[in-house]
Amino acid sequence: MTAPVILEADEVVKHFGAGSGWLSHKSPVQAVDGVSLQIRRGETFAIVGESGCGKSTLARLLMRLLEPTAGRVSFDGVDVSHASGGALKALRGQMQFIFQDPFSSLNPRMSVGKLVGEPLEVHAPELSAEERREKVAELLRKVGLRPEHAGRYPHEFSGGQRQRIGIARALAAGPKLIIGDEPVSALDVSVQAQVINLLGDLSRDLGLTLVIIAHDLGVIRHMSDRVAVMYLGRIVEMGTAEEVFATPLHPYTQALLSAIPSMDVPSKHQALAVLGEMPSPSDPPSGCRFHTRCPYTRAQCKQESPKLEGQLHQVSCHFWQDIAAARKPTTLRPKTDAVEARFALYKAATTGGTVIHQNQEPPERN
Amino acid sequence: MPVSGTAKSQDLASADALLTLKDLTLRFKGQTNDVVHSVSLRVRQGEVLCVVGESGCGKSVTSMAIMGLLPGKATQISSGKLSFLAQDWDLATDCLPTEVRGREIAMIFQEPMTSLNPSFRIGDQIAEAVQRRRGNSRTEALERAEVMLQRVGIANPKQRLRAYPHQLSGGMRQRVMIAMALANDPQILIADEPTTALDVTIQAQILDLIRDLRDETGMGTLMITHDLGVVAEVADTVAVMYGGQVVEQGPVAEIFNNPQHPYTIGLMSAMPRLDRPGERLAIVPGTVPTISNMPEGCRFRTRCAFATAACAQRPKLRDVASEHEVACHFAPLETHVKVSA
Ligand SMILES: Nc1ncnc2c1ncn2[C@@H]1O[C@H](COP(=O)(O)OP(=O)(O)OP(=O)(O)O)[C@@H](O)[C@H]1O
Ligand SMILES: Nc1ncnc2c1ncn2[C@@H]1O[C@H](COP(=O)(O)OP(=O)(O)OP(=O)(O)O)[C@@H](O)[C@H]1O
Ligand code: SF4
Ligand code: SF4
Ligand SMILES: [Mg+2]
Ligand SMILES: [Mg+2]
Repeated sequence: MTAPVILEADEVVKHFGAGSGWLSHKSPVQAVDGVSLQIRRGETFAIVGESGCGKSTLARLLMRLLEPTAGRVSFDGVDVSHASGGALKALRGQMQFIFQDPFSSLNPRMSVGKLVGEPLEVHAPELSAEERREKVAELLRKVGLRPEHAGRYPHEFSGGQRQRIGIARALAAGPKLIIGDEPVSALDVSVQAQVINLLGDLSRDLGLTLVIIAHDLGVIRHMSDRVAVMYLGRIVEMGTAEEVFATPLHPYTQALLSAIPSMDVPSKHQALAVLGEMPSPSDPPSGCRFHTRCPYTRAQCKQESPKLEGQLHQVSCHFWQDIAAARKPTTLRPKTDAVEARFALYKAATTGGTVIHQNQEPPERN
Repeated sequence: MPVSGTAKSQDLASADALLTLKDLTLRFKGQTNDVVHSVSLRVRQGEVLCVVGESGCGKSVTSMAIMGLLPGKATQISSGKLSFLAQDWDLATDCLPTEVRGREIAMIFQEPMTSLNPSFRIGDQIAEAVQRRRGNSRTEALERAEVMLQRVGIANPKQRLRAYPHQLSGGMRQRVMIAMALANDPQILIADEPTTALDVTIQAQILDLIRDLRDETGMGTLMITHDLGVVAEVADTVAVMYGGQVVEQGPVAEIFNNPQHPYTIGLMSAMPRLDRPGERLAIVPGTVPTISNMPEGCRFRTRCAFATAACAQRPKLRDVASEHEVACHFAPLETHVKVSA
């Protein structure tokens, strides 16, 4: 945890639909409302929260695809909140985006070679055409595709392969940091695992910093070092993935985690009720924004907005200590040895092990 | 030694079965291979059957065939027997009469927007469905609509009855669809990825609702999903499909605690685990072949690490435990293969 900070948000705010002055009747959408965080070089940082809580908006602010209404975003110690022109172009090379939808995010009329080569033209104009082709081939190999795929078009590839093309394209700019907005949620489990492994390899081998937005808490736990939980435009809890998953302190985080479908069968699942649905971000509740759904609300919650407090594990709730004290720890039931043994056999066979059959022919059965 | 189960395949039509599908085989015209091949499923009273499998494996097509909703001109059903309410239909020639479909079976579609009428208030749409099937008064029907909206977790249901579909978020529209489908206490619910687009908190509420109705009314459910977490939560029985075929099926505890088909094992070990963070995930190598490139014999063999030449023969579903069937020559793996590093 001593790596230097690469990306920092300081009280960042983004309101949409404000600004048409006193004639405007609509209240602005407070998509992101005072978020501060520090992302360290080489870590994988995850942002979770319900649909509409402001994850994508925050990601776009961090990337400087959006300009903040207030607050500051710094990359490598430099304030980039209002960067433009050459500074912005340079920043784009440093930070790349992977989109959720591998189907619509790639131009169908461009060949894979062109898709991956295009960022090189912008960010490494010094390369000759031949060098660029070499580099494209290398990038394709890095993401598990083949150099000869360069001549083909996106529609000829499966979802997982298209997501790899998107990743190769992001890598082409030579970024230090990649932000993925739901990068695996459109993929089937089997293919999702391939892309998760790939992202893990890349972050380790290239020392990349990853910021991952996902709604699948299993994916988040698997991939991330640290997690920020967002609710209605604010961070309500932040800490190492290990701590947040083992001892969630905020009632909202507790509810989210309890709603993860368990993989235990028979299921002994008891989801904590989160009452009703998320209020509109254009008219958020007073005080603690979670008070309309929190099972522990008291009078103070409606008036005073709690601050994000703590050092390594931060939480924004007036009563987190009382709530944490009353909470029963959740335990994961281990899988049976027989299942683990079969999983191990499968994994060995699919990662280069040699499969030896007792008999090549299946046994006679009636 | 495979344990010989007590259940025989004839049991598929056992007394408490609400709906059985036998041996459904179909292809789309102009294709050279079956998209769905010899699929048999059974939903018993008060039971949730989950059908799982990768995108394109034929889950939706199977459910549409049951409902009789495939385009007749473009589809060629070569076999398939449907039994429901003590009646049989030969799907190769017949389909469920509309009134049975409407009254006794409710369906939630994968694409919710297509099934709500944009120009009517949602309260009126739900109430109309209630009145049509139950003949209640309009006031009663609207009350029922309000109760259902509440049960799918929509706040201020009374006001929301007056909303038009476009005024709701995608997640909310999906919940309205679910409310509408369940408003009439159907005998069978067919739900195609009903919670995939929803947040986990809302998903938990919907799954609770489905479980409650199962317990209260004995409703049977055929739920299509590719989320194994959802399966663990609600399923009583599970059918795993690959390439248009059922490769493994059985009680949920068997599927999770004794998965035998290499594809099932692959799917399960590819799921990120809360108790093993960061560990490299197992994968199912490659991708699903297109229907025209499906191999003969075991359709999984182009991606299976355990395939031999023998797998060019199609493995039949066979019992490996009570009511647990697997279509693989070499299941359970540990008795037939060893793996050395
Ligand atoms: N360009 C925009 N103009 C107006 N409102 C916007 C705009 N972009 C986002 N919003 C609103 O800001 C809020 C936060 O949206 P955002 O897309 O950041 O949420 P999210 O957490 O990414 O949700 P999801 O999980 O559904 O992707 C929402 O209420 C959304 O409708
Ligand atoms: N009307 C049609 N004409 C031709 N092919 C079709 C038609 N409908 C579906 N298919 C094909 O049939 C196969 C099975 O499709 P189906 O929609 O049942 O998949 P699925 O298992 O529901 O997948 P998903 O998880 O993506 O919903 C696919 O290869 C699909 O492309
Ligand atoms: S501050 Fe109050 S309303 Fe907010 S989370 Fe804590 S207890 Fe709940
Ligand atoms: S029959 Fe052969 S190819 Fe098919 S799953 Fe079993 S081992 Fe693999
Ligand atoms: Mg988003
Ligand atoms: Mg489908």
